[in-house]
Amino acid sequence: MDLNAFWIILTGALAAGACALVGSFLVLRKMAMLGDAISHAVLPGIAIAFFLTGSRAPLPMLIGAGAIGVAASVMIEALHRNGKLQQDASIGITFTWLFAVGVILISLFAGAVDLDQDCVLYGEIAYVPLDVITTGGGISLGPRAVWVVGAVFLLNLLFVILFFRQLKIVSFDSALAASLGISTALWHYALVGMVSLTTVAAFESVGAILVVAMLIAPAATAYLLTDRLKRMLVLSVASGVLSAVGGYYLAALLDGSIAGAMAVVAGGQFALALAISSRRSGAGNPAFLSVPQLISNQHEKNL
Amino acid sequence: MSESQLLDFFLLRQYNIRVVVLGTVLLGIGSAAIGCFAFLRKRSLVGDAVAHAALPGVAVAFMLTGTKNPAVFLVGAAIAGWLSMVAMDAIVRRSKIREDAAIGIVLSVFFGLGILLLTRIQKSGAADQAGLDKFLFGQAASLVTADVMVFGAVSLGLVVGLALLHKEFKTISFNSDFAHSIGLPVRGLELAMTTMLVLAVVVGIQAVGVVLMAAMLITPAAAARYWTDRLTVMILLASIFGAIAGYSGALVSYLAPRMPTGPWIVTAGTLIFLISLLAAPRRGMVARGLRNRRNSRKTLEENILKTLYQLGEEQGGMFNLRTASDVARRRRIPESQALRGLGLLRRSGFVEQANNGWKLTQEGETQGRRVTRLHRLWEVYLTEQVSIAPDHVHDDAESIEHVLTPELELQLEALLNRPTSDPHQRAIPYH
Repeated sequence: MDLNAFWIILTGALAAGACALVGSFLVLRKMAMLGDAISHAVLPGIAIAFFLTGSRAPLPMLIGAGAIGVAASVMIEALHRNGKLQQDASIGITFTWLFAVGVILISLFAGAVDLDQDCVLYGEIAYVPLDVITTGGGISLGPRAVWVVGAVFLLNLLFVILFFRQLKIVSFDSALAASLGISTALWHYALVGMVSLTTVAAFESVGAILVVAMLIAPAATAYLLTDRLKRMLVLSVASGVLSAVGGYYLAALLDGSIAGAMAVVAGGQFALALAISSRRSGAGNPAFLSVPQLISNQHEKNL
Repeated sequence: MSESQLLDFFLLRQYNIRVVVLGTVLLGIGSAAIGCFAFLRKRSLVGDAVAHAALPGVAVAFMLTGTKNPAVFLVGAAIAGWLSMVAMDAIVRRSKIREDAAIGIVLSVFFGLGILLLTRIQKSGAADQAGLDKFLFGQAASLVTADVMVFGAVSLGLVVGLALLHKEFKTISFNSDFAHSIGLPVRGLELAMTTMLVLAVVVGIQAVGVVLMAAMLITPAAAARYWTDRLTVMILLASIFGAIAGYSGALVSYLAPRMPTGPWIVTAGTLIFLISLLAAPRRGMVARGLRNRRNSRKTLEENILKTLYQLGEEQGGMFNLRTASDVARRRRIPESQALRGLGLLRRSGFVEQANNGWKLTQEGETQGRRVTRLHRLWEVYLTEQVSIAPDHVHDDAESIEHVLTPELELQLEALLNRPTSDPHQRAIPYH
């Protein structure tokens, strides 16, 4: 394996791993489509940050897009609650509109900034090795993207490890969370914020739309294979990494987009897990029960 | 952009302007009409997935035939869209994965496959690949007569199909059990509806692209829903909104041919949606906010009149002066709120303010008596007719007393044989 391939695969794997960590909670909390919405909605944030700073400086982009991601989820909630619009439509209307605004901005700024529609759709992971950070002494520290995506991966890992208990309880039983004094809204928006950050960081590698594949498919694959949250997180990261490696070689084989190939490999793994799990446990078996969920089931029976 | 060029557009003076405008308007109408059902069945995001899934279908169709024939693309996209529906259905039914994740997976994996194939076609240097790009974000400016013929025909087919089947669709959308019981072929109808959705999506992506197609389905329907409760009116309105959005897109395409059309059509549609959300009568946010304010003001006023009346009952001297803090203490509300209510009541002539307090006017006393009577009648009704314990009826009466009409009051009196006292042994004050 040559060095370029190594950097590309490493970037893809880190991006997929970061997505899988937060994506697992999206899948568990039935928020998969909110993840889809956020990944579309950060586009205008990225476009504006590009335009204002004239560069791809990661920090303003992360902050701007993180804020817009949270704003989008607030808008979805407001349309749903104050506007009396059903949830699916409020998600659909919000993200298509924000995405449309993003594409318009990019078309308007075309030429002024180094960002185009292709990048929006499937990223530019093949160019990752070209943009290298060098020290004052001229020693190469590796591609910039590896550092950005790596930092977000570590941040997500820290987030999940430090707040594992809270995230778990909030995901499985919001009533129990409330009785323990854990704020559902706080953790909801914390998760939304982390998803936005991750989306932006992964944006350059896999593009705004295929981030969704990395957020949801590996997490859903893991969800099919295990009933335990910790194992699910580990498996989802493994499945994401496998998608990155497999995607690189599939793309090389077909001479196509690496990001597209990553999504295809992730989908293949999901199909395989689906075949295995439906043979093992029978149709539509809701086997994922943690202690809080058992408590809540018992609670419902008592009512 | 000169004035005469703009006039060219608005007067549809050139042939190619006519083609583009006709195309986008027809697309807007067809997808908005069928979108109403996707919206009402809470399946808006399924349309999104079908749209994304159409991309690999278009790519494969191109790879197999090597032509840009719109009819061939249509078939490819329809097959892929169909497969995506089948895949979503299978995932939800055969595993513990729920609908949201199933939609997300199918959407992104199909789309990824489409991107993979598309980039392969691009790199293989196929001369015609430029024609495929417009499927991503739409490029109305590149619509040609053949496109408009095909898409116009499909849109027309959708509208006619909806006109013929809309009663049946309505029944299975709102109550599928009932549809079963009257012997409608529910599965067949759902198949027809799904096929129409796929067709609308496949047609619409030409104008707005796969990424934003969902908006063509949902946004006009959601906007129309704010204006009406009737399905037929909703479909008509949504079609008009879709047509306006499509027309705006054609305008942008004309003014800036290199600009992707889809985002502008979606932005125009969202603008219509936002106006509807705010300004629609009855269901709009402004109308609802005003109504809520009016209701809460009426409730506050009636509660204070009732309190003044009951203070008069308990302490004697119905028209004696009482202070705002008397009222506040009796109702357990903040004094500022009591003062606000008293101020409102003075303006409408139900109370008068004297040096150190407030007193009921004759009209105020009548109103206070009416609300007290309704409250107590309702308590009697709940204890006698609904068999609820007397200590559980107060809260319900607190809210119903503000909405009972005089007709209902008469019926209650007749039903309960004009009772003299409530379950707490307080007299019911009649006229």
